[in-house]
Amino acid sequence: MGTAKISSKAAPVSFRGVTKVYGRDVVAVDDISLEIEAGKLVTLLGPSGCGKTTTLRMIAGLEMATRGEIFIGDRDVTKLPATDRDVSMVFQSYALFPHMTVLENVTYGLTFSGFNKADARERAVQGLDLVGLTDFGDRLPSELSGGQQQRVAVARALVLEPQVLLFDEPLSNLDAKLRRQMREEIRDIQQSLGMTVVYVTHDQEEALAVSDVIVVMRNASIAQIGTPRELYDAPADRFVADFIGEANLIPCEITGVEGGVADISLAGYHHRLDSRGLGPGPATLAVRPSRLVLNAGNGFSASVNKATYVGSRMEYTLNAEFGPVFAVAESTGDPFRVGQELVVGLAPTGPVLLPDD
Amino acid sequence: MRRASTDTSSHSVLIFWIATGWVGFLLLPWYGIQDGFFKFEWLTDGYPFDDDYAPAAFLIGQGEKLWLAPMIPFLVAPLFVLKRRKTDPTFAKILILSGALGFSALIAQGFGIGIRGWNFGWLEAAFGPLGDRQFGMGYGALLVASAFLFIFTHGIAARGAVNGDVFVVGAIGFVILIVTAFVFFPIAKMLSAAFITDGGGYSALTFAEKFVDRRLWGVGCLTGAGRCGAALNSLFLAVAVGTITTVLGLVFALVVTRSGFRHTRVLRALTVLPIITPPFVIGLALILLFGLSGAVTVFISDVFGIQPTRWLYGMPGILIAQILAYTPIAFLVLIGVVEGVSPSMEEAAQTLRANRWQVFRTVSLPLMRPGLANAFLIGFIESMADFGNPLILGGNFDVLSTEIFFAIVGAQYDQGRAAVVALVLLSFTLAAFYAQRFWLGKKSYTTVSGKGDAGVHPKMPRGLSIPVFAVAGIWGAFTVIIYGMILYGSVVELWGVNNTLTFKHYVTAFSVRIEDTGIRWSGAAWDSFWTTVQIAAIAAPLTAAVGLITAYLLTRQNFAGKNAFEFGTMLSFAIPGTVIGVSYILAFNVPPVEITGTGIILVVSFIFRNMPVGVRAGIASMSQLDKSLDESSLTLGANSWQTFRKVILPLLRPAILAALVYSFVRAMTAISAVIFLVSANYDMATSYIIGRVENNDYGLAIAYSTTLIFVMLSAVGLLQLLVGKTRIGRRTAVT
Repeated sequence: MGTAKISSKAAPVSFRGVTKVYGRDVVAVDDISLEIEAGKLVTLLGPSGCGKTTTLRMIAGLEMATRGEIFIGDRDVTKLPATDRDVSMVFQSYALFPHMTVLENVTYGLTFSGFNKADARERAVQGLDLVGLTDFGDRLPSELSGGQQQRVAVARALVLEPQVLLFDEPLSNLDAKLRRQMREEIRDIQQSLGMTVVYVTHDQEEALAVSDVIVVMRNASIAQIGTPRELYDAPADRFVADFIGEANLIPCEITGVEGGVADISLAGYHHRLDSRGLGPGPATLAVRPSRLVLNAGNGFSASVNKATYVGSRMEYTLNAEFGPVFAVAESTGDPFRVGQELVVGLAPTGPVLLPDD
Repeated sequence: MRRASTDTSSHSVLIFWIATGWVGFLLLPWYGIQDGFFKFEWLTDGYPFDDDYAPAAFLIGQGEKLWLAPMIPFLVAPLFVLKRRKTDPTFAKILILSGALGFSALIAQGFGIGIRGWNFGWLEAAFGPLGDRQFGMGYGALLVASAFLFIFTHGIAARGAVNGDVFVVGAIGFVILIVTAFVFFPIAKMLSAAFITDGGGYSALTFAEKFVDRRLWGVGCLTGAGRCGAALNSLFLAVAVGTITTVLGLVFALVVTRSGFRHTRVLRALTVLPIITPPFVIGLALILLFGLSGAVTVFISDVFGIQPTRWLYGMPGILIAQILAYTPIAFLVLIGVVEGVSPSMEEAAQTLRANRWQVFRTVSLPLMRPGLANAFLIGFIESMADFGNPLILGGNFDVLSTEIFFAIVGAQYDQGRAAVVALVLLSFTLAAFYAQRFWLGKKSYTTVSGKGDAGVHPKMPRGLSIPVFAVAGIWGAFTVIIYGMILYGSVVELWGVNNTLTFKHYVTAFSVRIEDTGIRWSGAAWDSFWTTVQIAAIAAPLTAAVGLITAYLLTRQNFAGKNAFEFGTMLSFAIPGTVIGVSYILAFNVPPVEITGTGIILVVSFIFRNMPVGVRAGIASMSQLDKSLDESSLTLGANSWQTFRKVILPLLRPAILAALVYSFVRAMTAISAVIFLVSANYDMATSYIIGRVENNDYGLAIAYSTTLIFVMLSAVGLLQLLVGKTRIGRRTAVT
């Protein structure tokens, strides 16, 4: 065992009808069922208070499910405390022990896992190698930068080769540049070791960038599960459409459905697209700002209300009959003027129909 | 790998407790050894067959004390679960049942059968005369009881309580058990003693008779027809002390924060005084100044020809002594509050065109209101509970705490009356304690946020600063004189009669002779001094441990009934020492827990008297530690005990030291509970001093007190040094 490189014992995680109630009647997580495949990086995404952190902490064993069952691998862990689960977690605050050196921090968990001193040390050194902190073992956490502390926290969790590795908003204390770098490193390590990772964030861009699967949560339950592309291109409802990337939610009317293709009408403009199982009647059209074609031959009319130059592109707020619309244009050379009347069309792919709720 | 190790390790804890139970039952003497807890002559003196020293198993084997037999099945049953897994429901059920039933059997026989056979008439009626008896429980019973307790909590944990955490559930069970045994049980016993008639029955009439006593509630001093009762005296005194100490405390807090006074460190040093001064020492110094042959009295009678009177003995003396003693406490409370008023509030008021006086009256003072209430209530409770000063200065002015003492020690020896008076006192302090919690629970004026607050407190208005400085100056000078008196009084031959300087008293108390056989501690005080140091040194770490574990449970764990748990553990703060003393005598001089007259009862009383301090210190510093530290340790595979030991404790070193020294010092200065609990073998310094005072041997008493003050000063100094040098890794700035 002593010579083994750090590898992975990735296991799937399964939630079966799990509910968490705080106190008497505060429902933090409401009857969630969820299957997380082994070796995948799954992100729990949602606004604050949606239950994503509670879900993560129930995997860790830091919160106990009020009802339902949780499995890690083929083992029912519902009632097991954190200590007895083969799971490690990287905390938002890193939670490095301030009275121990970096190496002691990384060795900490190993000493409770049946390694003798020499093996534990060897593994801890390997772990520090893996995150690029080979020579920092003797420092105290307070002598490291934020990014380095983050890496120590990751190494400390990694060396235990947990069945599941959990991240609780790990990048929220880092600046924008470091964030991008760290999330790539986390993704690289996860893929090269083939670990099961559950990752909580409220940053949709981060989620899209690192995940195999994203679980979007809202009001204590799951709004949608899918790959980043599925969520972005085919959101299940208005909430997901608006939360993942920005979307214009435009009221429209389905005038007819034929062979899975719907005819819609909005502000006098007719368009055909996938009906997604909806029947005739009022519906909502979700359109990403980049999927609006400005100054198209065919479309609805709108006037430019605001034009903002943000460097790589132009951002426009348009006034249409049904309300404001947000659009972006790659071309910055000759922007539209405020007050200018435009005909706005829809790109052939991208816009999706959502049920009216 | 983690899976395997945790399953066996949790079982190994269980095996440990089962084995402990068996050792207690099979090997160790079941009953308390009369020679003392730490004496081991019994090993060679008839053990294991002699009745007094026999383990329970040997007793039963010889056909004696058969009522111990019902415990056997509950010691056997847990052995059968060892092969089962923790998640097996039968595992939990068997452990819970054997723990609970075994413990009940132990308690039932302990209370049911005493030194005169059956303890209750109905038991005798049901089973006939017993013809046998038993004494207090000893090592064996202690081990078996702990075994049952932890087997029970193990079962509860296995059922999933508190995330199935064996250590936490065990700790909760342990704290509940000891608080019940050493706080609630004695108080309940005292409550029932208040109703016991002379014949041994219970009657509400007896209570009523003793309760509506003129000596308690008389209002003679108001109507001009004699004296007031002790209850009213205590109440007047406590309200006066609370009010005056609050005002004085506020005065000092204002001087420190809002006057531009430079030497604030000197004032802050004042806060150490009440901690290191035995409570009655101020009273002694007052006698040296204003007593019949006091320095001031003699001076005035010489110069003005005024006849010396005994005006000091009574309300005035106690009032002055308590004000001197408790103002620093009020200062300590108020300095935090006065500093806590955010300067930006006051600056905002200034920019809104309020002048200094208006700012103070409309913003600063109202924001300090909860602190003022808190300081008042603490002064009130301290005054109510004070025993030393009324004892030496009281004269004919009876207060509740001394009434209790005289009811039980004096010629009247009336336990029932002592219990009734103690109940009255307890209800006063509990009412104040409850009012304090209620008031502070409802209102929060905290204005300091985590954000940097660059402002400065405005100076107080001039009209206020003149009287404030005057009062502070007078008080400060008076305190210096008082402490000077104590020092001076200890080196004077016979105060007021023969003023030659001498070290005679120190020699009498602390002489040491070097002889062939080694050092002989020949001074009169050494005996009680070493006992005090020894008892305090044993009690201090236990107090700190119990306090910190309780604080850990309160800040770090969530469990059903946590609020009641907190209230129970903080309750002993509101129980005056004299009440503890009386209730301990009533509860622990008969089996099953028979520890009166031993050192153990002193240690136990200190633990529970000072536990709230440890709890508060622990809570204060533990809430500074981010909870994710514990959680990350748990997810890294450490269990909560390992987390507590490896993460929490190392980070709490300063708090632990503070709790240690504080409980050590408090144990050395305590008098109120101690005076009931000391015995010939275990005399404490404070009760020895009080004894000298009662014999008018002031010189020795004061010399001894001075020595104590210096001992404690060095203890506190040592603490400052240790805490100052303790370096733990800086907390990271990340939150």
